[in-house]
Amino acid sequence: MLTNLFDGVAYGMLLFVLACGLSVTLGVMNFINLAHGSFAMAGGYVAAYLVNRLGVPFLAALPLAFLASAALGLVLERTLYIHVYRKSHLDQVLFSIGLVFMSVAAVDFVAGSQQRFVGVPDFLEARFEVLGVSMGAYRLLIIGICGVLAVAMQVVLARTRFGSRLRAAVDDPLVARGLGINVDAIFMITFAVGSGLAGLGGALGAEILGLDPSFPLKFMVYFLIVVTVGGSSSIIGPFLASILLGIADVAGKYYLPDAGAFVIYSVMIVVLLLRPQGLLAPRVAR
Amino acid sequence: MTPAESAAAALAAAARWRPAEYLFWALALASWFLLPDRHLLLNEAFIFGLFAVSLDLILGYGGIVSLGHAAFFGFGAYVAGLLAKAGFGEPVLALLAAGAASMVLGFATSFLVLRGSDLTRIMVTLSVSLVLFELANRMTSLTGGADGLQGIVMAPVLGRFEFDIFGHVAYGYTLAVVFVLFLAARRVVYSPFGWSVRAVKGNALRTAALGIPVTFRLVGIYALAACYAGIAGALLAETTEFVSLDVLTLQRSAEVLLMLVIGGTGYLYGGLIGALAFKVMQDWLAELTPQYWQFWIGFLLVLLVVVGRERVFAAPQALLRMARR
Repeated sequence: MLTNLFDGVAYGMLLFVLACGLSVTLGVMNFINLAHGSFAMAGGYVAAYLVNRLGVPFLAALPLAFLASAALGLVLERTLYIHVYRKSHLDQVLFSIGLVFMSVAAVDFVAGSQQRFVGVPDFLEARFEVLGVSMGAYRLLIIGICGVLAVAMQVVLARTRFGSRLRAAVDDPLVARGLGINVDAIFMITFAVGSGLAGLGGALGAEILGLDPSFPLKFMVYFLIVVTVGGSSSIIGPFLASILLGIADVAGKYYLPDAGAFVIYSVMIVVLLLRPQGLLAPRVAR
Repeated sequence: MTPAESAAAALAAAARWRPAEYLFWALALASWFLLPDRHLLLNEAFIFGLFAVSLDLILGYGGIVSLGHAAFFGFGAYVAGLLAKAGFGEPVLALLAAGAASMVLGFATSFLVLRGSDLTRIMVTLSVSLVLFELANRMTSLTGGADGLQGIVMAPVLGRFEFDIFGHVAYGYTLAVVFVLFLAARRVVYSPFGWSVRAVKGNALRTAALGIPVTFRLVGIYALAACYAGIAGALLAETTEFVSLDVLTLQRSAEVLLMLVIGGTGYLYGGLIGALAFKVMQDWLAELTPQYWQFWIGFLLVLLVVVGRERVFAAPQALLRMARR
């Protein structure tokens, strides 16, 4: 029971790191980016290549995966996304689905369609018993890293100059521009960091989520759930949503294996109907 | 002429048959006689064309962006397949049954779609299709799960024309069904109902102020589109005598969106033209790079959006306009 809860929390934390970048692009910039999973996949494959081929230690590969995905996000944002921000939602959906198709086929071409694993060092394979709860070291690491990241993000958003500029740019880009805030640069950096975090999550989660070319399609829905259920008004909403989703998914698979993902989708439909702006968001129309 | 008379004349002019339309259907009919070894491909193209037309009804006319339209396509396919397996293999009746069942499903889920922003709609349509996919995946005793629904045997069409492996009868049958349904859809979009749906797309608030019941219009067009999609799915099940989980995937929903966008939204022919173009292109790409054709489909999508749909299609549309005059 508690072990399941623990695994669920670890899974949820992972989802949070994967999806929090999307909560910015989608919630904040109002851009429907279905290709977010592609950045996560990129991070996962970079980590797999570094660890398995070049022998880079696992923990050192994580920041490199972050940097690689962030760089990829930066390049794509400057070259492609920037043209699509102002287009209709239909165009955004078409564009990002196109990117997903391209990334799926490209990764299939480069790395093959079989599932990849990132070699995890031995000390992370250990398990502990604490008060009757069996905890894997690997999942503890995930919880640790993601917890630190969540706190760091909240601090950056709430306490720093960059954070207040970002919030200003989100609330009203026009006025923010008028005040001399470089909105484009802020969005660019935010997009890159969000993509980087997705890549980090992809590298960290390769072991749990599985890594193959269909990754962006498989997890697209999960990311979207986190963002739509969590809302975009703060970091806390998506965070709670991911934890809930993680626990519900792990528990659902354990206690109701026949129902599968059915429960999650149904819950999401209900939440969307009752609170279209997200669980925590105030009821205002944007 | 009074304003009312001139408005009526303008509406009648908009609904008039253009020469290009006669040409389109004449070519479609000719293709049955002239391209006998392409019937399998054309059959699929017209089935997906009908599917894209159904999406056009809600997207091009109703303004609802759906990323889960495959839900109705797949539902119709499974209804027709299961009926045939249970011994009710009369194709036309199975089509009607599948259409009716999908319409009920569309009516029931339309209330979910009416609320919220574009994003909420995308999410809800997507989840409805995912829920159906999970159901079909889990209920293996009924649907065959990942193995697909096998052992479908269809009776001859109208008791006379037996389906053959070359798709001759299948294509003729599909063509006839698509033509009849297209005529009906054309009638609907140029009816007062169709014009008011377009008004809702233009500005829901003002339409409501004019006294048009916005909710009922959207529910109506959504249920109609679901019915069309279900019939398209049933056609696929009948003519291929097989249903796999594939019909309910996100890929299907995305592909049909692409087909419609290639052909253009909001004039009904876009779905058919787009599906033809897509199928021919897919066939060609799959021969060129069997495994990676998806890459080029994605590339096309990105290109379309970044360059701008209106600019890419400006040339063919100018031609079309000239043909219409």
